[in-house]
Amino acid sequence: MTSKEYKTITDIKGPLVFLEKTEPVAYGEIVSIRLSDGSEKNGQVLDTSDDMVVVQVFEGTEAIDRKAGVKFMGDVFKLPVSKGLIGRILDGAGRPRDGGPEIIADENADIIGAAINPYSRQSPHDFIQTGVSAIDCCTTLVRGQKLPIFSASGLPHNDIALQIARQAKLRDSDEEFIVVFCAMGITAEEYNFFRSDLERTGALENAALFVNLADDPAVERLITPRLALTAAEYLAFEHDYHVLVIYTDMTNYCDSLRQIGAAREEVPGRRGYPGYMYTDLAMLYERAGIVKGKKGSITQFPILTMPGDDITHPIPDLSGYITEGQIVISRELHQAGIYPPINVLPSLSRLMGSCIGEKTTREDHKKVSDQMYAAYAQGRELRGLVAIVGEDALNERDLQLLKFADIFEDKFLRQDRDEDRTIDETLNLCWDLMTNIDTKYLVRLDQELIEKYLPEEKNA
Amino acid sequence: MSKNEGLIYRISGPVVTATGIEARMYEVVRVGHEKLMGEVIEIHGDQSVIQVYEDTSGIRPGEPVLSTGQTLSVQLGPGLLTQIYDGIQRPLQTLEEVMGVFITRGVDADGLDLEKKWDFVATAEKGDEVSGGQVIGTVQETDTITHKIMVPPKSSGKIKTIKSGKFNVTETVCTLDDGTEIRMMQEWPVRHPRPFSQKYAPDTPLVTGMRILDFLFPLAKGGAAGIPGPFGSGKTVTQQSLAKYSDAQLVVYIGCGERGNEMTEVLDEFPHLIDPNTGKPLMNRTVMIANTSNMPVAAREASVYTGITIAEYFRDQGYDVALMADSTSRWAEAMREISSRLEEMPGEEGYPAYLSSRLAEFYERAGRVETLNGEDGSVTVIGAVSPPGGDISEPVSQGTLRIVKVFWGLDAGLARQRHFPAINWLSSYSLYPQSLNQWFRDNIASDFPEVRTQISALLKVEAELQEIVQLVGSDALPIDQQLTLEVARMIREYFLQQNGFDPIDAYSGVQQQYAMAQAILTFQDEAKKAMAAGARLQDVVNVPARTELMRARFAEGYLEKIGGLVDAMVVEIAATAEAN
Repeated sequence: MTSKEYKTITDIKGPLVFLEKTEPVAYGEIVSIRLSDGSEKNGQVLDTSDDMVVVQVFEGTEAIDRKAGVKFMGDVFKLPVSKGLIGRILDGAGRPRDGGPEIIADENADIIGAAINPYSRQSPHDFIQTGVSAIDCCTTLVRGQKLPIFSASGLPHNDIALQIARQAKLRDSDEEFIVVFCAMGITAEEYNFFRSDLERTGALENAALFVNLADDPAVERLITPRLALTAAEYLAFEHDYHVLVIYTDMTNYCDSLRQIGAAREEVPGRRGYPGYMYTDLAMLYERAGIVKGKKGSITQFPILTMPGDDITHPIPDLSGYITEGQIVISRELHQAGIYPPINVLPSLSRLMGSCIGEKTTREDHKKVSDQMYAAYAQGRELRGLVAIVGEDALNERDLQLLKFADIFEDKFLRQDRDEDRTIDETLNLCWDLMTNIDTKYLVRLDQELIEKYLPEEKNA
Repeated sequence: MSKNEGLIYRISGPVVTATGIEARMYEVVRVGHEKLMGEVIEIHGDQSVIQVYEDTSGIRPGEPVLSTGQTLSVQLGPGLLTQIYDGIQRPLQTLEEVMGVFITRGVDADGLDLEKKWDFVATAEKGDEVSGGQVIGTVQETDTITHKIMVPPKSSGKIKTIKSGKFNVTETVCTLDDGTEIRMMQEWPVRHPRPFSQKYAPDTPLVTGMRILDFLFPLAKGGAAGIPGPFGSGKTVTQQSLAKYSDAQLVVYIGCGERGNEMTEVLDEFPHLIDPNTGKPLMNRTVMIANTSNMPVAAREASVYTGITIAEYFRDQGYDVALMADSTSRWAEAMREISSRLEEMPGEEGYPAYLSSRLAEFYERAGRVETLNGEDGSVTVIGAVSPPGGDISEPVSQGTLRIVKVFWGLDAGLARQRHFPAINWLSSYSLYPQSLNQWFRDNIASDFPEVRTQISALLKVEAELQEIVQLVGSDALPIDQQLTLEVARMIREYFLQQNGFDPIDAYSGVQQQYAMAQAILTFQDEAKKAMAAGARLQDVVNVPARTELMRARFAEGYLEKIGGLVDAMVVEIAATAEAN
């Protein structure tokens, strides 16, 4: 409606532009700013009143001066969506980055995304086999879940994410996922790694990439995941695709959020992050799931790097309260040369209970997983004790558990980057490894299962 | 322009400033052309600051704002039970019918079905003198709950007409002399506690079926409890267990800033669950409020008030109501978010300075009361707290602990060891045992408090011994202390651990809890005797009857079997002494 151009900028500060004497401008409205050299930048209204409008500029405010012309586009941010998104690479603001044509829109979708009515959701219950033993056995992934990877700098989270993207499938089904990949402030090198891997495996044809790299504008990162999720929702709920959304790195996203907060002189919360970060993150993470009456689904794999390996840092902390579990990557295991270095102890899948068992995976899954976990947890604890008192002070049971922890890491956790284990292989492997512990110490397994599954030589 | 219509001056996220209306604090207003619902939370001269319960994108300055003259209220009457509401009492099912699967905005929905006809049975008669809170009739709302129709708190007089029959909630069922018309539906402002005659001291436990709670850290009906714990420690599972098995007659469950999928699980599961106390579907006694983390933040702030007002309404009918709020931290964060948009001076960690008084006001709405009509009713409040990083020195945990008398501290370490419920027996406490001991003596066993003391003492001794074991290993301890460790291990693995997903073990009656505690003490006594007679600790611990005793708790009819199992254990333990 308004195509009027205003030249009433009063202040420019960080990523924000303040202007006055406008006609009524809508909250969240898209803004186009024309610089004196003729180039354009885009932004969005963050605060609006009769006297003053605050615009957040996605590309940064560099080179904007008070003479720049500001146009309000009369609408909130929308992404043109169609099936043509599949196989495309877009930049962080949704423009083609692969040299291809503009996306021909079937519709323009609001990128903020409305909340799914909890009453209209369907509980996720389809087991996703990732082929990674540590995940399939101990932190089982379910279709429609949001399960982040909590990692830290210098750890191979990207390899794990890619391996999952490559191998994830429903059991006894060839149905594949469409991958929506969203890069936020990662390096060009990391991005190339993702892209070439997706290309190598042919997955790129079935993927849509939204890419904001480290040298792209930081503020743009705030919309990149929203674009990716909008695309994912469209593909899942309009075209029945099962979509796997991988976004990395949430830490960069949160830092951009902090940057905007600081520029607006908001009262900061913990460690300078804005007080509304929980709500903001929830508006991304909660866009996962399955809704009644639709065939498609959205499964999310956000990756975040914990600053200083600290799981109580606000970013992993708030994420953990929203997501349905977490997969924690351990520096200790990585340094011991184990791939994937997944520490199963703090890892968790909250939806696991709904997707394992006789009908979906195998009857022994729950108990085997509990037993493996308990034995490994005790073994790890004993390592600490042995460091003080030495192995001699341990009784027989403790010695077995101590050894089991090593075996667990070496045989169960460790696998190749291309090794795709079926859930049966994983569970059988568990039973094989449990022969290293006396049956009478396997208190979480019942006799029936032991007779049925424990390898013979031991059982006898 | 009249005084009840103004214009939007400014929009910043969920906070809108309007000019030109003369609104009262907490008055409900309609914002913009789409008439979004909002509430006045601050007044500066001519400007009213409004928190809006729906997304404000696309709204412009200059759009109209209408005041309604009412404060945020809920509709109370038949039709509340089995409902699932959002934070401002809009039924989610109705929203789905109107908007589809995504929650958009600008839709109004009544909390109660205004059309549905209910069978009203008058219990008062023409000519009766009635006053506020008095029951004038009943409606059988579900199999288990009889909904009592009460005179609204502020009305009184002589009944002029009253009739039984089929009515909807807005039809007049009774008139008073002064012309007051009484309908089955009343409205009540959510931020205002409903009145009662007086508060009593609680003297009856809320039986939850969870051993560690009922036995060691009991909560009284009408009491308040806080459950703080880091993510993944089992807050939600504990809250859901309480909603399922506690012996309250009615349950109000508030999912405040919760995960969507988790809420859906509750919504899917509850209709199929059977109440162990009545044998009827659990949903029949449940009202749910679901405001997930991505739904508008202002509605999240309102959701706990909506919930507790509904709870008080049923309390006024003489019911014991339990209210679960999961999680109060999300509610506090909603307050913080709104406060920061208002540019208020922040208190600790950015929370508003009034955080602790709001928490106190909320928990103070719990209580066992004599209602206006002289009946006994209670609201028990159980609030989950999600402290950042699991550190309970933060303001929400601290503000909560200052008020509640029961603290069930969840522990990430226990959760990691798969010890569930992961409630730490050393840090948790309850201040109710004194007032509840008489109930336990009268209803369970005369030595119940003493048995409890013995069990908790054993756990304390174990904690001390464990410190030594960490340094020198368990073999270095004298044999009687090694036995104490074994007994304590039995308490932990057999008694404190409880599998919330096992159909039998999930609920343990207090009688059974007492029998199990007794069985543990018997084991200790017999083991001491046998060892004094020369038995080896290892043999005593490994008697098959003890394993059987522990394992059998997963089978039906356990309470009846315990006696026999304990007898068998006693015989076998005695035999270990003879074998040597």
